[in-house]
Amino acid sequence: MTTAHETATAAPATGKAAAAAAPSMNVARAASLITLALLLLAPLFLKNFYIFQMTQWLIYAIALLALNILTGGSGQFSLGQSAFYAVGAYTAAVMMEIMGVNYVLTLPAAGLICFVFGFLFGLPALRLSGIYLALATFALAVAMPQVLKLHFFEHWTGGVQGLVIIKPDPPEFIKTIGVKMSQDMWLYYFTLVVGIGIYIASVNLLASRSGRAMMAIRDNQIAAAAMGVDVPLYKTLAFGISAGITGVAGALGAIAVAFVAPDSYTIQLAIALFLGMVIGGVGWLPGSLAGAAFMVFVPNIAESISKGLSGAIFGVILIIIIFLVPHGARQIAYMAQHLIGKIGKSS
Amino acid sequence: MELFVNQVLAGISTGAIYACMALAVVMIYQAIDHLNFAQGEMAMFSTFIAYQLMQWGVPYWWTFPLTLIISFAGGIAIERALFKPLGNAPVLVHVAGFIALFAILNSVAGLTWDWTIKQFPTPFGNAPFLGSQLISTHQAGMIGITFILLILLFVFFRFTRVGLAMRAAAALPESAKLVGINVSWMIALGWGMASGIGAIAGILIAPVVFLEPNMMGGVLVYGFASAVLGGLTSPFGAVMGGFLVGVFENLVGTYIPGVGNELKLPIALALIVTVLVLKPGGLFGRAYVQRV
Repeated sequence: MTTAHETATAAPATGKAAAAAAPSMNVARAASLITLALLLLAPLFLKNFYIFQMTQWLIYAIALLALNILTGGSGQFSLGQSAFYAVGAYTAAVMMEIMGVNYVLTLPAAGLICFVFGFLFGLPALRLSGIYLALATFALAVAMPQVLKLHFFEHWTGGVQGLVIIKPDPPEFIKTIGVKMSQDMWLYYFTLVVGIGIYIASVNLLASRSGRAMMAIRDNQIAAAAMGVDVPLYKTLAFGISAGITGVAGALGAIAVAFVAPDSYTIQLAIALFLGMVIGGVGWLPGSLAGAAFMVFVPNIAESISKGLSGAIFGVILIIIIFLVPHGARQIAYMAQHLIGKIGKSS
Repeated sequence: MELFVNQVLAGISTGAIYACMALAVVMIYQAIDHLNFAQGEMAMFSTFIAYQLMQWGVPYWWTFPLTLIISFAGGIAIERALFKPLGNAPVLVHVAGFIALFAILNSVAGLTWDWTIKQFPTPFGNAPFLGSQLISTHQAGMIGITFILLILLFVFFRFTRVGLAMRAAAALPESAKLVGINVSWMIALGWGMASGIGAIAGILIAPVVFLEPNMMGGVLVYGFASAVLGGLTSPFGAVMGGFLVGVFENLVGTYIPGVGNELKLPIALALIVTVLVLKPGGLFGRAYVQRV
């Protein structure tokens, strides 16, 4: 945090006019640089199991990013993200194990297939909004594990048993430069690179013409239509993009866990993703990291406090969080920014 | 033909369960404008309270009103303690609150009364109803009580001042405040009533699905689906939706080959979504009109 503090205190000296805008910009930039440094360095000091958990964390963060684009961006609500996640995961698994495709190539394929799937699902969803849309997406999430279990697909999906995937080894060039790296650590960095790429693309998407069109629809659909925004197109597009990114996350998840089975992708995953989005702050992309941390670690914490009452403890933690910060991590970030800005001014 | 009639009858008797639950769902939707995801768990908890009272030796016809009163008070207490303080937080935060409540009730019930399946008595008996093997007297009683409840609710919302005030508070809170309605307490009352109806639903359902902390999982999904299908603005629609979903589900299971128990739910949901795409307000609901 020292870097953030220094940049914030240095700014007012440059001039009063710039002072109002500059500190917050610098604080945000410093915070993201620190986060990035931590993400890069942390695995070097951790055991493999914790690295694996961090990989899972990043993967959920990517899935949350996707949900944030849909709900925070275009204002549509989805309880069906687990279905897209499952499709992505199975795409990767089937391509790797049955077709023998390299794992890196499965990601764009999963993204593309899920994009088409999400886009097509978005078409009937156009007629629905609010609770009705929630029910439709919920139906999708409930149906997906059963569809994957179907006898008809068993040849590909392995039925109830699922598919086991061979974890990929780190590429040769890392060995040739003399670095020893475990599979888990390699997958972590691989996920990190993919995640950063998706993050940058998402930020740019929301700042672009298309992103503004989506946000206009979120704020007032009729006004957006009157302004000439093609409402059906952008709504389905938001569904497609969100599904595509979720599919990539699912593929990464399948590779990291090295196993896919229908029951890993039930409605509980969709609910966990929903909670993660609320905890991170709806529509605030960096909050995805905080939300994903909640998804991965809070159930573990609850379990470690009491086995029998883990559900109740989870619920209580959740209630405490939404009471203290109803707008999630976003609110904490704003408060911190405000505080740092204040310290900057007083000195 | 006989198979068809039998399956429709069987569907109606399972539909009665969904109708009960859907009624509770619509009740809370009328009061707070959200679907309460913890509704099923609240009903389950009430049923366990009834079970506990019976274990302590309270006779059946005393436990019924006692459980109702406790559930009513409990519903109001939950609203006052949890959701009133949340106040104007975004809708999605409220939904997160429902999920938290779900987790807490489920876990506490599991710890207090443990996870084993328990028998729950029925006042109607389990003999075949009018000689039909498919509907038992309990299920006939359940359908009867659901309709009595529906009529009572209709009368309450249509002809009493409090009912009118509740409808006003749900539809236009700001305007309702201006004409002197205590909106905050109307919402609490809605919670209490939804909790009470949930308790009735739970007590009626428990003899069929048996009593355990997860008993409402499946029922609630069908209850939501029924309520949405019938139209969330209409208690009558919710009950009809419940029966329709029950019949749907049974016919799908009988006539479409290869549909096991597991695929029943997805197919029923898919049909409901199809209906909604054609008629977005639900079958009996008011069409949604947006003001520009």
